[in-house]
Amino acid sequence: MTALSMTAEQSQAALATDGDMREKISVRNLNFYYGGFHALRNINLPLFDKRVTAFIGPSGCGKSTLLRILNRIYDLYPNQRAEGEVLLDGENLLSPKQDLNLLRARVGMVFQKPTPFPMSIYDNVAYGIRLYEKLSRADMDVRVEEALRKTALWTEVKDKLRQSGLSLSGGQQQRLCIARAVAVRPAVLLLDEPTSALDPISTSKIEELVDELKPDYCIAIVTHNMQQAARVSDFTAFMYLGELVEYGATDTIFTAPKEEKTEQYITGRFG
Amino acid sequence: MAITDTSPPGTNFAMGRYKRRKVGNTITMGLAVGAAVFGLLWLVWILAVLLINGLSAISLGLFTQMTPPPGSAGGLLNAIFGSIVMTVLGMVIGTPIGIMAGTYMAEYGKGTKLAEVTRFINDILLSAPSIIVGLFIYTIVVVPMGHFSAWAGSISLAVLVIPVVVRTTEDMLNLVPGSLREAAAALGAPRWKVIVQVTYRAARSGIMTGVLLAVARISGETAPLLFTALNNQFWSVNMNAPMANLPVTIFQFALSPYEDWQRLAWGGSLLITVAILALNIGARMLASIGTKKGQ
Repeated sequence: MTALSMTAEQSQAALATDGDMREKISVRNLNFYYGGFHALRNINLPLFDKRVTAFIGPSGCGKSTLLRILNRIYDLYPNQRAEGEVLLDGENLLSPKQDLNLLRARVGMVFQKPTPFPMSIYDNVAYGIRLYEKLSRADMDVRVEEALRKTALWTEVKDKLRQSGLSLSGGQQQRLCIARAVAVRPAVLLLDEPTSALDPISTSKIEELVDELKPDYCIAIVTHNMQQAARVSDFTAFMYLGELVEYGATDTIFTAPKEEKTEQYITGRFG
Repeated sequence: MAITDTSPPGTNFAMGRYKRRKVGNTITMGLAVGAAVFGLLWLVWILAVLLINGLSAISLGLFTQMTPPPGSAGGLLNAIFGSIVMTVLGMVIGTPIGIMAGTYMAEYGKGTKLAEVTRFINDILLSAPSIIVGLFIYTIVVVPMGHFSAWAGSISLAVLVIPVVVRTTEDMLNLVPGSLREAAAALGAPRWKVIVQVTYRAARSGIMTGVLLAVARISGETAPLLFTALNNQFWSVNMNAPMANLPVTIFQFALSPYEDWQRLAWGGSLLITVAILALNIGARMLASIGTKKGQ
């Protein structure tokens, strides 16, 4: 506990020169259960605005589970339950009074496998916007273009906006899904292994995209790929068997980890 | 034994056993092909008899004239009309109920007792003899009304539609990956919008196929109409009166001793068969469009 808060403080100190660091999400004493299985144990962790935080760790360590708590998507399934606090701008999103749809409009999520809806490229992007805003035709066109430009997809699809989203390649589909999430103008973006189903070129495009989106969002990314975590993130959380082993600035974690387990994992000795 | 054998492969394996296996293969294949041909033969035979007897009955008069009294010329216009009206009405009543029940079982009630019980009962209904459905509607609709009616016919057809649509809707919705639902929910879409705008769209062609197969199923049903809509020799658009329909007309005319009537029965049989064939081809085409889109 104290070791963890120490590392968090140190990392904050390390980046204090940036000045504009703000804790967007605070995870406090978080426990999570799949039925009787205790999947996350007492997690404490900050997520900063305009920064990318990577969750790494071997399969089954709970990193995706942690991500799925941040927009309460686990709530779709009975028997899954979280205890503790997750503060988004100071407001506990685990509170039973929390409106889940409004929460999810503020916390966007992109999944491991591309999930374009069976509708046109345009409608895919417009879908989330239409849920909460009533826009004129022209305004909607602007919003859709803006989202597609942000995700570097505009030049590739601008002449086929009416074609099915399923007609795109895997990498394009994934960028379409990011565009769809971004179009709603969320404050937080959760990426659950967004490149694990993609080829290297599409992967590097998505990584560039994360870099470009960083100034506007608080981003959390789950990844199995340690080079990816090192490349795209400012902070890294290493998890193992449902516990947060180490959290800190990505540079520190990858060059001078404090915990032996972390070092073993990032040097590929297990996992 | 093969481990210590150092001779090159293929030189000394047991030829006798290999030949026996080849013979066994030929016999099995022969039996399988024979069974397939035997099954197909009956189908072709039925179609051939239908075509030979039915084609001679197909004329303009078949579609423009009413069912005649014995000994005079006529057509099947009132029966064709009645069949279409009652089939359409049966679908209009049965399809929404079936889709909604299937949606409950696949989306809302997954794993609940109510869904389990509904599925079990639905499977029984799916294979229930249609004559029992006819008798049931006779008891609860025809008897209280005091007379046969096209309403009763439509309702009994709707009862046959529901289980088919429930089953295909549930199956098709279950094929939609959960990740698609999660993706829509993650944008802040409420449950009903996820279902209506995303899940239904993804399962659309499958559900449509089920609906078309339900049309095919009821358009040839005789037993449930025999006790409900009965038949009508004349043109009638009154839903509160007995209404002519192809299956019961065929049943009645085919058993009659009059040659004109028998010929009309053949014509009607050919019509129903062609309609069902067209529906099945349509359903297959829809399904293949669906799979192509999904790739």
